[in-house]
Amino acid sequence: MPERASRPRAGNLTLGITTAYLSIIVLIPIAAIVARSLDGGLGTFWDAVTDPQAVATLKLTFAVSAIVVLINAVTGTLIAWVLVRDRFWGKSIVNAIIDLPFALPTIVAGLTLLAVYGPKSPFGVDIAFTRVAVGVALLFVTIPFVVRAVQPVLLELDRDMEEAAASLGATNFTICRRIVLPNLTPAILSGCALAFGKAVGEFGSVVLISGNIPFKTEVSSVYIFGQIESDGVTDAAAVSVVLLLLSLVVLVGADLLERRTRRHED
Amino acid sequence: MRSIRRAPWLLVAALMAALVVSACGGTSDSSGGGTGAEAAADASGDGAKLSLVAYSTPKEAYAELIPLFQKTPEGAGVTFTESYDASGAQSRAVEAGLPADVVEFSLEPDMIRLVDTGIVASDWNQNDYDGFVTDSVVVFVVRKGNPKNIKTWDDVIQPGVEVLTPNPFTSGGARWNLMAGYGAQLKQGKTEEEAVAFLGQLLKSTVVQDKSARDALSTFDAGKGDVLLSYENEAIAAQQAGEEVDYVVPDQTILIQNPVASTEDAPEQATAFVKFLYTTEAQKAFGEKGYRPVVADVAAGFDFPAPTDLFTIDDLGGWPDVLDRFFDKDNGIVAQIEKGMGVSTDSG
Repeated sequence: MPERASRPRAGNLTLGITTAYLSIIVLIPIAAIVARSLDGGLGTFWDAVTDPQAVATLKLTFAVSAIVVLINAVTGTLIAWVLVRDRFWGKSIVNAIIDLPFALPTIVAGLTLLAVYGPKSPFGVDIAFTRVAVGVALLFVTIPFVVRAVQPVLLELDRDMEEAAASLGATNFTICRRIVLPNLTPAILSGCALAFGKAVGEFGSVVLISGNIPFKTEVSSVYIFGQIESDGVTDAAAVSVVLLLLSLVVLVGADLLERRTRRHED
Repeated sequence: MRSIRRAPWLLVAALMAALVVSACGGTSDSSGGGTGAEAAADASGDGAKLSLVAYSTPKEAYAELIPLFQKTPEGAGVTFTESYDASGAQSRAVEAGLPADVVEFSLEPDMIRLVDTGIVASDWNQNDYDGFVTDSVVVFVVRKGNPKNIKTWDDVIQPGVEVLTPNPFTSGGARWNLMAGYGAQLKQGKTEEEAVAFLGQLLKSTVVQDKSARDALSTFDAGKGDVLLSYENEAIAAQQAGEEVDYVVPDQTILIQNPVASTEDAPEQATAFVKFLYTTEAQKAFGEKGYRPVVADVAAGFDFPAPTDLFTIDDLGGWPDVLDRFFDKDNGIVAQIEKGMGVSTDSG
């Protein structure tokens, strides 16, 4: 990648500020959580994270988050495509709606979903207090990530390539598979990674609609909250560290995949 | 060249970081002192600014109590900042440094936490009412007309009855609920083992474990569940808010006692405010919001039903013992029941 090497190096002042800022906002607090989780030694840490109830919440959290991210990868890309390539009335409104789940306090999101898809649902759809409800709440709060990651790439995408392929007789499906998707993959991946990170830690929108029944619908963030409320701060920190680590693995994994797909382009 | 230049820049960055950190420290210090300064500015009369930190449900009561206090000679010119949230969270926040002059909690252990850390004086409960400012009881909140005919604790655990009670590890209210159910079994002559088995049944019938009593009420209001275990005052508040619910006071139930205190460093007006809360006027205001007044004369003016077998947490061994036996997050009876649910149930 000669292009990268020839780029001017980041200024030392900007590097310094970045380091200091990241330390204050991210690294020190995370280090504090890790330190706290080891308050009782490794044995206590292990007991905390292998507790059957904790394990059940971690499994549920990661399984639902993974499904939610897969759905997001498809629907998010589709929405971005429609918003960039199609012309229709009210497009700018739809475009603005995508970010709404960001602006809404998550607890309000939970209340809203409960009202719409709960026991008193005006549509007769009652999924509240099930694992499906956990997924729906997570879909709601993660919708912007893939859409907003893919949109700018689609806007920049050179349509000449698609037209050239079409003129050579490629079907729409082939164009999509061979030209559009490969160009979008890095963006989809990074959107998915962000959505995943948000989903595993989500609390506000889930706590109201999931029902929080241990081993059934209790997610890790709610379990952690329960631990804190029963003076188990060390255990709460331990489970948080597992959440952080697994999220980190996913984020790094997505980053590596993204780089690999980028390299294929070059 | 580059490496020589880098060193001072990093130093500058480090210094900046240090500055930012110290500035942050400085700000929080001055804001701590700032309340004092603001209080001094307010003292055009002889007022002070009191910070009231309380659990979630008495919010509506204080909306009436504070103006009443401000009309008294002691309360003239006193202003308030108010904060309401789950009892345990509030207690922990004060322990961690949230400025508080007057604290009220759902249950005594949250007060004891502050006594242990020296924020509240150890003689906080040395008054005629042992430091409790309001009472209540655990009741069954049911749908209008009580369609499932739920009157006793046994009715609550019948098959087909969906129970709501908040998560006992996040909600003080849930702990009162479970101890009410447990104590009711003992009062009916059951053994401790049978009473524990009852708790198991109760938790198995529970379809939603919200994080607080307030959340549980909104879940019930959203149409979920046949019976909600809750504070009597919450049931009354729900009815006052026009919600379509009835409630049943079971024959055997627990007396809920809510502690109040001023903190060690609070201005004298805080003590005056706590004293005011025991006046006829204040106790009446609590009563109108559904709390049982602790002052007998005032309570006599209300028509709260008297359960035949009313017991207190002390009858069950007192909070420290109960917390240890039932609510220890690893070995407590309730924790064990919940962990057992992972083995015996597999639907989802």
